[in-house]
Amino acid sequence: MMIYLQLFWEFFKIGLFAVGGGMATLPFLQKLAVTSGWYSQALITDMIAVSESTPGPVGVNMATYVGCSVAGVPGGIIATLGVITPAIIIVNIVSAYLEKFRESTLVENVFYGLRPAVTGLIAAAGFSVVEAGVLHMDVFLQTHNFLDLIELKKLIWFILMYAVIRKYKPHPILCIAVSAVAGIILLF
Amino acid sequence: MAGELLDLYLLFFRMGAVTFGGGYAMLPILRREIVQKRRWMSEEEIIDYYAVSQGLPGIISVNVGVFIGHKQKKVPGALAAAFGVVSPCIIIISVIYFLLSSFQDNVYVRHALSAITVCVAALILDTVLAMARKGIKDIFGIVLCLAVLYLSLFTSVSPILIIIASGLLGAVVQALKTGSAMKGGQPK
Repeated sequence: MMIYLQLFWEFFKIGLFAVGGGMATLPFLQKLAVTSGWYSQALITDMIAVSESTPGPVGVNMATYVGCSVAGVPGGIIATLGVITPAIIIVNIVSAYLEKFRESTLVENVFYGLRPAVTGLIAAAGFSVVEAGVLHMDVFLQTHNFLDLIELKKLIWFILMYAVIRKYKPHPILCIAVSAVAGIILLF
Repeated sequence: MAGELLDLYLLFFRMGAVTFGGGYAMLPILRREIVQKRRWMSEEEIIDYYAVSQGLPGIISVNVGVFIGHKQKKVPGALAAAFGVVSPCIIIISVIYFLLSSFQDNVYVRHALSAITVCVAALILDTVLAMARKGIKDIFGIVLCLAVLYLSLFTSVSPILIIIASGLLGAVVQALKTGSAMKGGQPK
């Protein structure tokens, strides 16, 4: 019972403070992984891959996935309800004052600070994904051999994927599917 | 009443089930179902909801659903729409979670996941750079973004604190800027 309350509360906080769409939940989920010990960093990247390749909002998918891994299907449902509850309350209130909210300079000014901050938060979260996926920090710290830091195959795939995404903007599912096949063939 | 709530629930259920990536991916379906078929509101209204939703905490497509549901049927309508968006995610993600966790030790799945992690890292890099281009306009933005990046990589400051502080900072800095601009413009 306790675990459900905790799940609801943790995801309620994420729903309240993660401003700026899907990936904005990422830094919060990483922090939660450290403070709660409910899941590993590796689960986070699996979760992003799953969220990007299934329908539905990424933030909701991430909540369901973490909830399931912590406490089964009921956990998934409760984490999802937790992440959407703040929005339901806030949007119902804002609905009544929509015009005022849209024209408020205060809201615009707050976002003047929020946009760069959210970018910084997601960049930091992205760095740990790069570290887990492409670099081998743990081996490097033991051997201090720079060649151990980078796995060449992965680094090349990373640069290739980024170039393709930047130039052709393919759907994320396509990138994930191609990567899965490449991973099996090239033994990543 | 119950019929219209069920209609809202099922409409947003379908939205959650077929839109990959959430957010703006829903717009064409909303246009067809709500503007053209049901004639509940104009497309401009829906676009306004999107604009405001981005300035609110929570998942954008859930927020838009709550706005539309609230406009039609007040709080019960808002709840029907919100639960509609998340229901398919809960079903799909729970199934995938159990599939993935039972095949995790399979050697092919491991190779695939390891390559997918690299792909996810590239997707995040692309997201971060796109956000930086859109949201960072001046030296204040650059400094704040780098400060947040530093804080989240090297300290354990909570992202919640960072969000609150940078919202306040944005409001204060912007108010000071417009304040001094007004003073400078006045004749002495």
